[in-house]
Amino acid sequence: MFKLEIQDLHKRYGDHEVIKGVSLAAKAGDVISIIGSSGSGKSTLLRCINMLEQPHAGKILLNGEELKLQPTKQGALRAADPKQLQKMRSRLAMVFQHFNLWSHMTVMQNVIEAPIHVLGVPKAEAIERAERYLAKVGVSHRKDAYPAHMSGGEQQRVAIARALAMEPEVMLFDEPTSALDPELVGDVLKVMRDLALEGRTMVVVTHEMGFAREVSNQVIFLHQGRVEESGNPREVLANPSSVRLQQFLSGSLK
Amino acid sequence: MIFDYNVIWENLPLYLSGLLVTLKLLAVSLVIGLTVAIPLAFMRVSRRIVVNFPAWLYTYVIRGTPGLVQLFLIYYGLAQFEAVRESWLWPWLSNATFCACLAFAINTSAYTAEIIAGSLKATPHGEIEAAQAMGMSRALMYRRIVLPSALRRALPQYSNEVIMMLQTTSLASIVTLVDITGAARTVNSQFYLPFEAYVTAGIFYLALTFILVRLFKLAERRWLAYLAPRKH
Repeated sequence: MFKLEIQDLHKRYGDHEVIKGVSLAAKAGDVISIIGSSGSGKSTLLRCINMLEQPHAGKILLNGEELKLQPTKQGALRAADPKQLQKMRSRLAMVFQHFNLWSHMTVMQNVIEAPIHVLGVPKAEAIERAERYLAKVGVSHRKDAYPAHMSGGEQQRVAIARALAMEPEVMLFDEPTSALDPELVGDVLKVMRDLALEGRTMVVVTHEMGFAREVSNQVIFLHQGRVEESGNPREVLANPSSVRLQQFLSGSLK
Repeated sequence: MIFDYNVIWENLPLYLSGLLVTLKLLAVSLVIGLTVAIPLAFMRVSRRIVVNFPAWLYTYVIRGTPGLVQLFLIYYGLAQFEAVRESWLWPWLSNATFCACLAFAINTSAYTAEIIAGSLKATPHGEIEAAQAMGMSRALMYRRIVLPSALRRALPQYSNEVIMMLQTTSLASIVTLVDITGAARTVNSQFYLPFEAYVTAGIFYLALTFILVRLFKLAERRWLAYLAPRKH
């Protein structure tokens, strides 16, 4: 059975269709990299998975349970049952390009907030969890700092710890290294590689071809809202069959 | 020019009881005003017109009219109607302290609502998305993330509003209350020493303002540390 399954997802802004029927499926332990040039719809696709964007058609299933959707007046789909959506989101942790840490909270408060108030974990246990995950991502020494007082790389690792503290079924990463200085990218990628090696299920929108090739076991190349090519990254990235992917890869090597 | 210290010294107890009245008026109107302002602020950021419009009208009318006019309307204006004089509200509406507190609370609630609404609108969108993505309900997100962050960012502007309210309480002296300004009016009418009487009142207000500014500085250091430059 698939942990996460997306079936025939469509999304448009006005008349402009940005996702034209994309499906993906992740088994436990799968690491799926979604690549593509900017405007290909890859971030939008990821944001539709946890309904930060409203798709216009398609199905979203977590552990075989389908998210109930109903049409809005504008023709998009929204969750029919807010409780079901909240429960699903709490099991699909997301890491954002711009970290999105809560700026008025310290690192520790950021990491224990949702486990305590969404999952109902007792405070002592949440703190113990937070310490474990902050140590894992290597920022325990900054647990009393505020986000604005840390480097981007540290903030992103805290954001990963915050996602991990939910002990999610699937982790969604939205270009997690795109807003970082080049020398800080490595720290974050290393944390993500460790998570993949632990067997966590991850869907990663990325520009890091090295990560896509070395860490993921499935790569999806999006072009103009469609899956142009997908499969095992070692084969797909070494011998792309579509012209678009060949062009994209030659561009990304420059 | 000779400053008559003796008269002031002898009337110091009057000023001190006036100080208590001023502090009471300020505290009561601020507590009620802030309590009313928070729901009003949420109404002001609502996209639904039926929710937003009443709050917009309220803050527009209150901010668009002088506090003195509001106070006169409540204290003198309402008393004109027999229905009001015969209603169960009359024991309160005939009481100057109650009317002054009510007028000041209404006044500050409108200004505070706009301050908090501005702060709510300035909540970084990414922080809201992070809360949603964690599976928070709307109520939980507002209670735990949006409101605490907005109230903190509103502190510097709110401190200004509190100081303005302190000065506004001096209007209470016109509806027979003996606050600090009321004490000065009494001293002036008894001894005809307007300069001494009002300079003393001014010194009391200055001292109170100084204390309020210090208190808000401490509060900002405590709750706005995350916006300050990094110290270590």
